[in-house]
Amino acid sequence: MIYDWLYNLTGSEMIAIGIQSLLPLYLFILPFALVAVLLERKVAAHMQDRLGPMRVGYHGLLQTIADILKLLQKEDTVAADIDKKFFDLSPLLVFAGSYAAFAAIPFSGAFMGSNIDLGIIYIIAVTGLVVAGILMGGWASNNKYSLLGAMRAAAQIISFEIPTLLIVITVIMITGTMNLYTMSEWQTGYFWNWLIMGGPDLGITKILFIPLMVISFLIIFLSTLAEVNRTPFDIPEAESEIVAGYHTEYSGMKFAMFFLAEYANMFAVSAIVSALFFGGYQSPFGYLGNLLEISWLIPIEQFFWFTAKGVFFVLVQMWLRWTLPRFRVDQLMSFCWKYLIPISFVILLLVGLITVL
Amino acid sequence: MALKTEEMVLNMGPQHPSTHGVLRLELVIEGEIIKNVTPHIGYLHRCFEKHCEVMTYPQIIPYTDRMDYLASMCNEFGYVVAVERLMGIEVPERVEYIRVIMAELQRIASHLVAIGTYGADIGAFTPFLFCFRDREKILNLFEITCGARLLYNYIWIGGVMHDLHPDFIRLTKEFIKEFRPNLKELNDLLTFNQIFIDRTANVGILPAETAINYGITGPNLRASGVNWDLRINDPYSIYDRFDFKIPVGKGENGTVGDCWNRYYMRILEMEESLKIVEQAINQIPDGDVSSAIPKRVKPPAGQIYSRVENPRGELGYFIVSDGSVNPTRIKVRAPSFVNMVVFGELCKGHMVADVVAILGSIDIVLGEIDR
Repeated sequence: MIYDWLYNLTGSEMIAIGIQSLLPLYLFILPFALVAVLLERKVAAHMQDRLGPMRVGYHGLLQTIADILKLLQKEDTVAADIDKKFFDLSPLLVFAGSYAAFAAIPFSGAFMGSNIDLGIIYIIAVTGLVVAGILMGGWASNNKYSLLGAMRAAAQIISFEIPTLLIVITVIMITGTMNLYTMSEWQTGYFWNWLIMGGPDLGITKILFIPLMVISFLIIFLSTLAEVNRTPFDIPEAESEIVAGYHTEYSGMKFAMFFLAEYANMFAVSAIVSALFFGGYQSPFGYLGNLLEISWLIPIEQFFWFTAKGVFFVLVQMWLRWTLPRFRVDQLMSFCWKYLIPISFVILLLVGLITVL
Repeated sequence: MALKTEEMVLNMGPQHPSTHGVLRLELVIEGEIIKNVTPHIGYLHRCFEKHCEVMTYPQIIPYTDRMDYLASMCNEFGYVVAVERLMGIEVPERVEYIRVIMAELQRIASHLVAIGTYGADIGAFTPFLFCFRDREKILNLFEITCGARLLYNYIWIGGVMHDLHPDFIRLTKEFIKEFRPNLKELNDLLTFNQIFIDRTANVGILPAETAINYGITGPNLRASGVNWDLRINDPYSIYDRFDFKIPVGKGENGTVGDCWNRYYMRILEMEESLKIVEQAINQIPDGDVSSAIPKRVKPPAGQIYSRVENPRGELGYFIVSDGSVNPTRIKVRAPSFVNMVVFGELCKGHMVADVVAILGSIDIVLGEIDR
């Protein structure tokens, strides 16, 4: 484990924990955001018969770096009569909320930021900070579009947390743990041991679980999609209606924080979905490290599989974004309250019955 | 205890991504519900009508391009037809065919922009670029014809600027062949998408009676179930020679006259326009295109109101001539301007997101509203 290694190296618990919890930020979120922004532009471009960025570097590979340099140089324009304190605090809060979620995400068997027993509940709780940040930004901006966007965002994120939580509770009932690390270990072995295939326990329950788990997966995927404000649920930042929603007034690095948070969030929810239903960091076909008897290869492979699963769902999100139109606020709400929540309640009940029997 | 609430005034535009130009909407909203809409226009006013009075008749043609800048060919067509009727000029067969081909291609290009931007308004960005990709091919056709891509000055009084490019017929046939599958793809991607239908069906319903009372024309009127198209009901040029249908709104996914119907009218009209273009390029005779162009355009004293079917509705020119080389008065009945009038009524009681959907479905061009 990386923590033990760091502890032996530095001889101090504080420093070891400090370094370990910062690792996902520097090793993963920042590089991932760089890649994901470019990926999004390239995916969009190729879906739309275009080439996308082509000028900076080979096929525009350095485009995001150029963008970041541009954002750093930009003047931090501030509109009149804003609430300066909250205006500055909001991007920090949004970024902190989405970054903190990464602490409990198991990247591989050997590495996760912090092995919390309440893992999944912690993630859902801490991403709640994002709502506060968005509301703060929308209110402090002194802009009606921002306010509308923030109100929409708050309503949307809070409503969609309910189906997410119901499905998470269902999963907890099956696995018997809230720790994402244990949850991933529980789904070890081959891909038919994943929860979407009914979990590792053989028998009648496995067959009964499969359809329920497929539906649960769809529900949690849709509701987390809504929580990170991606199309078709990008109502809080619907640019054709309310310009840019809650971050209309932000520019320069503050805007970049929102942007970074969005991409970090995209990966975070993909990671949660894959940790819950797709075996987390477990390989679907067994490990090369076991075959070659090189033990240090396994965590690296696990990291690869985890990232691959996460990126796959991120790609699905991009695919949806560039294909579908956007819902209206009331349709979104009725979709959540009339369909997702009742269905997830029924699943919760059924799974409860099955596990009791 | 009742909570004290108050209405909010939201100023939408003139700089806004989806007001389709420099339109300012003053929305009075209660939460997200629209209580009242006041459109403010005039940001693009260029004194077109007054300016015409100091110019000769042929000099006005390039200015008509700039009214409905998405349908320049149709604007020129309408103006030229009006002046020709005033002067009693008969134009050669070939010219008539060229004009019809241009006007119908322009109608497709204009509808493509309308549909594409409508998709973008609803939140689907990909159809927007698909539409512009296809429109690009039409603009290329125009470019080889007259050298310009948007503001053509191609259709002249008594003729056209010069004959078609030798490749034009072949390229147009190729375009039609490529465009039909693309239109089907667009239908699959956007028109029959369930989210799109949810967003647009039963929104902004315009009953036939209201539409007639307000003087709405074009696809918006036909979407309300009224079969009225000037190409058939008041034929000009040679439209009576072609076999095409006038699509009328049936309310397939909601009510007759809702946003989806208005959108779908444009898809159907593009198909009909394709049919017209196909027939025209097969029938086009050889001949001269400039023999009837008068050396001096000096209509006799008198006045005329002449109207044509533009992509957005009835475009009418009222021209008063005193027998000199300058018109005494030109008044334009701009379809976007008249269609815009009903907008406030359609929006009431809907949500902020629907304002964008309704505005996009009416399909206005600010250059034409303000002139």
